[in-house]
Amino acid sequence: MTTTSHQRIPKSRLRLWPQLEPLVWIGPAILLIGIVVIWPVIVMIQSSFQSISPDGFVLGNAGSANFRSLFSEPALAGVLLRTAIWVIGVVAITMLISLALAQLFNAKFPGRRIARWALIVPWASSVMMTSLIFRWALNSNNGVVNVILHKLGVLTAYNSVQADWLGRPGTALAWMMVVAVFVSLPFSTYALLSGLQSIPDEVYEAAHIDGAGWWHRFRSITLPLLRPAIVVAALINVINVFNSFPIIWEMTRGGPAYTTSTTTTFMYTLKQSFIGESAALSVINFSIVIVIVLIFLRVTRWKDQVK
Amino acid sequence: MALRHIVGRRTKTIVIAVAAYLIAILFVLPYVEMISVAVRPKSELLSRALFPVNADFSNFLTIWSTGFGSNLGTSLQVAGGATLLVLLVALPAAYYTSRREFRGRAVFLLLVLATQMFQPAAMLVGIQREFLSFNLPSPIISLILINAGFNMAFAVWILNAFFGSIPVELEEAAMVDGCSRLGAVRRITLPLAMPGIVTALIFTFISAWNEFLVALTLTLGSSADQRPLTVTINDYIGQYSIDWGHLFAGSLVATVPIIVLFALIEGRVVSGLTAGAIK
Repeated sequence: MTTTSHQRIPKSRLRLWPQLEPLVWIGPAILLIGIVVIWPVIVMIQSSFQSISPDGFVLGNAGSANFRSLFSEPALAGVLLRTAIWVIGVVAITMLISLALAQLFNAKFPGRRIARWALIVPWASSVMMTSLIFRWALNSNNGVVNVILHKLGVLTAYNSVQADWLGRPGTALAWMMVVAVFVSLPFSTYALLSGLQSIPDEVYEAAHIDGAGWWHRFRSITLPLLRPAIVVAALINVINVFNSFPIIWEMTRGGPAYTTSTTTTFMYTLKQSFIGESAALSVINFSIVIVIVLIFLRVTRWKDQVK
Repeated sequence: MALRHIVGRRTKTIVIAVAAYLIAILFVLPYVEMISVAVRPKSELLSRALFPVNADFSNFLTIWSTGFGSNLGTSLQVAGGATLLVLLVALPAAYYTSRREFRGRAVFLLLVLATQMFQPAAMLVGIQREFLSFNLPSPIISLILINAGFNMAFAVWILNAFFGSIPVELEEAAMVDGCSRLGAVRRITLPLAMPGIVTALIFTFISAWNEFLVALTLTLGSSADQRPLTVTINDYIGQYSIDWGHLFAGSLVATVPIIVLFALIEGRVVSGLTAGAIK
């Protein structure tokens, strides 16, 4: 039965099959990536050169007008600077703290499993909900942060300018960075914990016999061997923090004016009335992401992993 | 000397344990505050007491009359649908790439690795314009597709690693014993890869459940019951006042089951997220 049906297939189709077989298995995945990831990028680039009405109708070709009006936005310089502070600050602080936390949670002590579970709570929770509890805790009338600061004598009056942490751009950005670090710590700590666990105990034992102190062991063994994990975790954090929307949106909506916006929230606000200009900013954001991804592929040596 | 050494080690362990417990408490403290606001009666929402005096659970009861149930249903559909779609798409792709060498394999895996690094935020305008042009009957379908697309890479990666660790010889042995190839995969490979499959499923479910930005964008013009929980909770923020009690009661209902699910896969998430760069 099978032989007869085989004979009916023309020779050229027989040779085609081995090439088509992979498509049956990976085709659906390619299709999904195509529809959800690649197509939107094309539409986005196209939109950045179109004149689009606020309700989404294409009015015509815009040439480079969207980019020109984006670059003449008075808020843009501040937004770009803030994005750099936001990303570098949050990732640097996160990595430093998680380096310490990973050491701590890698040590053996009773109840370690339960303590590690507590660490995953901000990771599993929705970031927007976590941001909202911080917004509540910072409200100037009875937010728990203000209540505690008042009890400590730091805060002189409720409902004052001093108590309105999210109303002033500087303190708002600082608190939002606290939240961003808080929600980034679990993944980073877990990533570094995995890195630490891959360092064989014998290496430390040898150093111990040599009489190396804690700091010396950390500097000359832990840090160099942990470097790949640190770099990978930091780059993933850079992408996450750069793309982060909910923290800023839920705590200040990027305001007052655009004084607490990053490129991501600025893109969202622009999108509400200037779709073409928002698309132009998205193209820039996306280019930045591409650069980070290229660095990531390079440091992870993706070709070795594919094998 | 030996005794002093033991005592010294014990003190060190105690110091470490206490520091770790304190940090653990710090990590759950915001969520304890979430509970403390959710159980406050309306009369205590302006109070400066650290804990509610007359705690009650009325917010958890009255929230259902605001339509919260249908939003919970929408979130279940979005997250459940995305999870199912990821399973259907990632399972064959991961199996095939781990078992077969073919032209374009490296390019395909590179594509997957790159999508892992992309997030909807940077291409939101494109996503919105593309999916609006599809004129789908419900934003739920769009959200299923988008969440599946952006989480598929994690699943392919972790499943690929699991399949790769299962020797082909096991399948071949089963085939010698009379199993078909598909039968061998079903009886031998899939059960062995089950921890990976469960991790991929739970991870996709959680990401889709927690996703906010795309849901906020695509449900802008749709009826309230078509919005998933994250958007609904955001809707409790009014222009002049915020319904904090319902907001946090709803947040807790949305969060607690997710934390339990995450605890089940906690140990395996890192290798999937870093695409195997950190094992």
